[in-house]
Amino acid sequence: MELLNFLTSSAELSSGSGPEDHVVLSSRVRLARNVNGIPFPGRAKKKVRQEACDTIKPLVSAASAMRGGFTAGMEDLKALDKQLLVERHLISREHAAKGGGSALILNKDETLSVMVNEEDHLRMQALMPGMQIKQVWQKIDRFDTSLEKKIDYGYDASYGYLTACPTNLGTGIRVSAMLHLPGLVLTDQVNQIVQAVTKLGHAVRGLYGEGTEALGHIFQVSNQMTLGESEGEIIERIHKVVLQIIEHETNARANLQQAKSKELYNHVGRAYGVLANAHIVSSKESMNQLSLIRLGVKLGMFEDLEVAIVDELFLVTQPAHLQQFVGEKLSGEERDVHRANLLRDRLSGVKGVQFPN
Amino acid sequence: MKCCQSDCENEATVHLTEIVNGQMKKIDLCEECAKEKGVTDPQGFALADLLLGLGASSEMDSAGAELECPTCGFSQADFKKTGRLGCSACYTVFAEPLEGMLKQMHKGVQHIGKVPKALRAKLDITKQRDHLNGQLHKAIETENYEEAARLRDQLKELEAIPVSKKEE
Repeated sequence: MELLNFLTSSAELSSGSGPEDHVVLSSRVRLARNVNGIPFPGRAKKKVRQEACDTIKPLVSAASAMRGGFTAGMEDLKALDKQLLVERHLISREHAAKGGGSALILNKDETLSVMVNEEDHLRMQALMPGMQIKQVWQKIDRFDTSLEKKIDYGYDASYGYLTACPTNLGTGIRVSAMLHLPGLVLTDQVNQIVQAVTKLGHAVRGLYGEGTEALGHIFQVSNQMTLGESEGEIIERIHKVVLQIIEHETNARANLQQAKSKELYNHVGRAYGVLANAHIVSSKESMNQLSLIRLGVKLGMFEDLEVAIVDELFLVTQPAHLQQFVGEKLSGEERDVHRANLLRDRLSGVKGVQFPN
Repeated sequence: MKCCQSDCENEATVHLTEIVNGQMKKIDLCEECAKEKGVTDPQGFALADLLLGLGASSEMDSAGAELECPTCGFSQADFKKTGRLGCSACYTVFAEPLEGMLKQMHKGVQHIGKVPKALRAKLDITKQRDHLNGQLHKAIETENYEEAARLRDQLKELEAIPVSKKEE
């Protein structure tokens, strides 16, 4: 099956809301696992890596959680397909660069995905909208347990699950939440929060993970340490940290509304004005302006604009999604024009932009 | 730009900027001279340091200089270059140099999280056996032979349980 026929439409994907989604866009847990007795993918010779992939792939796609899912070797996916998957956070940028000897398995609703032969033999993740950290952990934990009957994991009584990089050793777990923090950014508090969270031993990153910019006021918070603590403790701590951040962000928004309402209306009004009228919009600009519109929607400033539409626009204005939407390959400049067209089309008709006095 | 070595006429392709005691030093070398001087090695900055925190690779250097994994042929130079290990067995081979690094990186060096079910059964049995053995020793020391016989039977029973991945 073609990936494009399999993937959920951007509109449907964005319509699913989760708890606390005024701040938490999505929750994710990934586990790193390796097969006992086979060198890690970075070390394995091409033939060994291919054999490992051929063994692991059918075992994963036969799992009951993967019924009705999608399986493909990375060599079978087009560059645009891979980019779509990266934009949906279903594979890493590193995995998108892989060809033969690596694979991807997705479940039906894209909440579970497994990368075969990324940095480790298996990188499996559960991803759900909103604040569902505990739920995604349960989901991936069950899935992992179902696989361990079929796959002999590399495991050591004192080091736990053995991973290619020592930073993932032990539980092999990375718990993360994608947070929308325009309030903290506009009130200049985000750096304090980032510092505090970092001091607690967590990492704060931009939208697409390591080394990426916090476009659209979106930040990813995740655990750093994986050894010497149980999964439950790690989950619990991230959960608490995220609840704290939600509180700070909510307060910052309330503060903006009460004490700096003109500044807030100015930001949101300008963002709407630009996206509803511009004819050339870069993806960076669209992210940052959509972020402000999303803030406005959540604060009740748009009478007939649903947050689902804004979230869909977030996704569909990304380079690969935009090209899929238009149906042809586009240069960067062409993309900026098509992006602007799409945004104008969806936003200019919106009625009831309200700025209370 | 020409190579800064006096007897060399080649075009300089390696440009090195180094800060030593607050003084910036710039060197321009051709590839050959650079190789000769050992400054070219693009991996010289040790990816391991970037990935795992500064000092990670030197820690490996001092403690694991001669080590090589017999299973996958991985050496400490490979670690320095990639910041990753080669296979599961590497963790045993490099256990000593890894120890300090793991301590810095993580909360502890003993895994206390999830255990695969099949191993859990095995680990439980090991624990039980250790416990029974301890009691058996005590029983023999105190010349409680009746108790010792009972414990020995229990141990035998324990050994008879097959530890296979299929059992649930």
